Amino acid sequence: MMRRLMLVGSIVACVALCGCARKNTSAAGPVPTAFGTALVESSGGKQIGTVGTTLPQPVVVQVNDDQGNGVAGALVEVSGPKGVSFDPPSGLTDSSGQFTTNLMLGSMAGRYQLLASTRTKAQKKLDLKLEEIALGYQERLGAQLDETYCSRCHNPESTPERVSNFDNLEVKPHSFTEGDTLNKISDADLVAIISHGGPALNKSPLMPPYGYTLSKTEIEALLAYIRMVSDPPYHPAGTYYAQK
Amino acid sequence: MPSSANKSSLWQILFGHPIRAFGVVSLVFLVSLAIAPAKNYFSEWRHYQSQYLSLIQGRGDAVTLRRHFQGGIQQTWLPELGVVDRCATCHVGQTEATLTDLSLQPFRRHPVMAHKVDQFGCVMCHRGQGAATTVEEAHSSTLAWEQPILPARYTESSCGQCHRAALAEAPQLNLGRNLLAREGCVHCHTVKLPGGGTMKATDDPPSLSHIADKTTREWIYAWLKDPQAYAASATMPNFKLKDDDARDISAFLVANSTPIAGDTATVNAKPGDATAGASLYGESFCSSCHAVQNAAGDVVGGDLGPELTRVGSKVKPEWLTAWLRNPRVYDPPTAMPHYRFRDQQISTLGTFLLAKADSDLLANVHLDPATPEQITHGKTLVQEYGCAACHEISGIKRPENFAPELTRIGSKPITQLIFLAVMQHTLPDYIEAKIRQPRSFGSSLKMPQYTLTAQQIGALTTALLSLTDRAQTIPPALAVSSTLDSTYQPAGNAGQLMSDLACFSCHRINGRGGDMAPDLSWEGTSVQRPWLVEFLKNPNTLRPALIRRMPKFNLADGEINLLTDYIMTVYQIPTFDRDSIAIGSASPVLVEQGKQLFYSKYACQSCHIVDSKADKGYVGPTLTQVGSRLTSAWVYHWLKDPQSLRPGTVEPNRNMSDDTARALTAFLMSQKAARKPAGKAARGRSEKAPRLEARR
Repeated sequence: MMRRLMLVGSIVACVALCGCARKNTSAAGPVPTAFGTALVESSGGKQIGTVGTTLPQPVVVQVNDDQGNGVAGALVEVSGPKGVSFDPPSGLTDSSGQFTTNLMLGSMAGRYQLLASTRTKAQKKLDLKLEEIALGYQERLGAQLDETYCSRCHNPESTPERVSNFDNLEVKPHSFTEGDTLNKISDADLVAIISHGGPALNKSPLMPPYGYTLSKTEIEALLAYIRMVSDPPYHPAGTYYAQK
Repeated sequence: MPSSANKSSLWQILFGHPIRAFGVVSLVFLVSLAIAPAKNYFSEWRHYQSQYLSLIQGRGDAVTLRRHFQGGIQQTWLPELGVVDRCATCHVGQTEATLTDLSLQPFRRHPVMAHKVDQFGCVMCHRGQGAATTVEEAHSSTLAWEQPILPARYTESSCGQCHRAALAEAPQLNLGRNLLAREGCVHCHTVKLPGGGTMKATDDPPSLSHIADKTTREWIYAWLKDPQAYAASATMPNFKLKDDDARDISAFLVANSTPIAGDTATVNAKPGDATAGASLYGESFCSSCHAVQNAAGDVVGGDLGPELTRVGSKVKPEWLTAWLRNPRVYDPPTAMPHYRFRDQQISTLGTFLLAKADSDLLANVHLDPATPEQITHGKTLVQEYGCAACHEISGIKRPENFAPELTRIGSKPITQLIFLAVMQHTLPDYIEAKIRQPRSFGSSLKMPQYTLTAQQIGALTTALLSLTDRAQTIPPALAVSSTLDSTYQPAGNAGQLMSDLACFSCHRINGRGGDMAPDLSWEGTSVQRPWLVEFLKNPNTLRPALIRRMPKFNLADGEINLLTDYIMTVYQIPTFDRDSIAIGSASPVLVEQGKQLFYSKYACQSCHIVDSKADKGYVGPTLTQVGSRLTSAWVYHWLKDPQSLRPGTVEPNRNMSDDTARALTAFLMSQKAARKPAGKAARGRSEKAPRLEARR
């Protein structure tokens, strides 16, 4: 009983404190000097990071007016699911109408849906949804294997350190983000292609077999990585019980 | 006195009569006896367990989950590791494979990891108080327990407690450990390794005993004031010296410097023009090791040698000339190879490098001649700041234990730390803040300001957090030991030549050396002698996509023969003989069969080029002349199992049968170079000429 009472007491105290705190921040926060009519993403969306770390690039959003020009001095707030932290979480746009924030991912692997918002002159809320991907232990192991064995052919982008072999191939490999194609292939089939090469599923022999090179754990890691980065997202079949 | 009357009346009511008193005392005892069971009944973990049971109700897998569920306190006890974990009491679903859709803590499934939880427990990786059964005590720092749960971003530090060598699965830990060695941290801070010995620095701070031959006092002053103003990628940290202190240190270093015979020189050659210099710089692949900042501000090039963006403002021309002629005169163990440049080349390259100057760098540096007092003061400062912990300075002893030892920093009790006003009171936050801005903890502290990115600071913190009590005390049988550093040194004249050419800066042989270029431990088995001679004379590229390549050292014929003989004799693989697979008499049928296999079944052309017109594969080396380059035994064994010859190579193991490998070897060995001299090598790649030669 005592415990209950204490619990109720502490909840009341917490609520009161939170209320006070919220009042304080809104009073001390920056006051917008201008308002836009649209909120668009400039850069930093769809990045792939590691759980618990700061994303390599900051997230940049832009507040625009009717003509599509940047609005300086508009207030932008960003928020995300539990565990995600922003530096800074809100602020005014700079002279080019952009607001830049660094994002630290939470400790769970998966897709993080973020929400950036600003208000119009009429106090109407404008929202912009952003998505970032956090790789856990297994997916990151897959990412490392991708970098060593796969990306030379499967990633069409070239860098000075790693020239892509994509253009040299007669049958073009699928990029791992190509969800439209890869999501239709079952886990077992993808494992078969990785292990036994393209001909295992009547595909091109240009894809060599890695079953004698990679271990079972490594192939599973690669699969987890491919599923994680696919766009549109991959949803395995089955019943979903705990939607919340 | 109403109160006293009240009191006495209350006493009267409770204990006035012996039977009443007996009843009251019994009641008091009963209530106090009930406290313990009540505490148990209302405990947090019971609450979580009943919440879990109601959560899994109605799921399709409820029956399985309920069967797996065990009520009560769950404990993992690992006496060898000193682990007593009761985390699974609340974290009930952590090993349930079907709970993938549940993200609610404490019921969530643990993501896939390298170890099994029943073998390692939870606190080995996550820290915290394993034996606790309340959320607060298990996760936070309490009066009786200092180590709270480790934030997820530092989890890799726990891998480092047992894994003493680099671990592919823990890139952040690897980066942090490399930075500890590379950024010079361990010059001042001792880090004793659990396996014995101390962590060794991998950077190579130059000796300052002869610095006056190399550069001017003005440059030293500007460098001391802000090393990153001279080179953005400089390792040297900023000591935030006052103007007078920098003046005095520069005075001391110049006065203390002694010349070395031959470390300055002049050449009798006409000054080279800029384009010739740029192309010589490119041909010599200077950029494999040295970086230059481009117009966009990006530092482009290798990081083995110092950045050269403003080198013209630093070095004295006569020193540069002597250095280009033979760097080993000034610095015998330098990682820079001794290119055998001709005088005209030295002049051309020297002019090109000296033009890389920045007039602004030294524009505001005006130093009066040094006074003896300044020099004495400079010496005191050099000793105070511990310059000799990194640099060799004649007359100054290398200080021992100059900075606090970091061997057990990851277990440092937070009661021993002094925090800043505006920071969280946790060890990771303390370490991060200390690395980010050491002087914010006190302006009189000596630790300099480093230029590190947020990612590098996080990695360094991870590496430091891995240096715990547990890492030191874990039974050696349970630790994954590190590999010993190889001290291999090739023998004889060839060994001397290899040191002179600094082969180990890029190549790895018998466990020693860099990773920029291929491992040469078995080079004698893999290549043919004439090819190696030709390659050393005029290194051409095997992999068109690479930007870092073997430079041309302008070796004399005698040197090439010496080196080739040594490599061909010594660097042999023990598992097979280089002459064991005789393919010279392969029938055209076998060659044709190999060709079919190459193009159809194995589709090797996706990564390799054999027919330079039709094939485009860019991942592996070009194979147009492979029959003149590699031995048939090497090709055969490579096809059978590439990973065994070069661990980590991209080429997958195809599990070929002996016959298949033989046919493919026959086809590949038929790809010979034209017998024309090297100058026409490019044209000699046509397919017909080598094909005919194959049956020679």
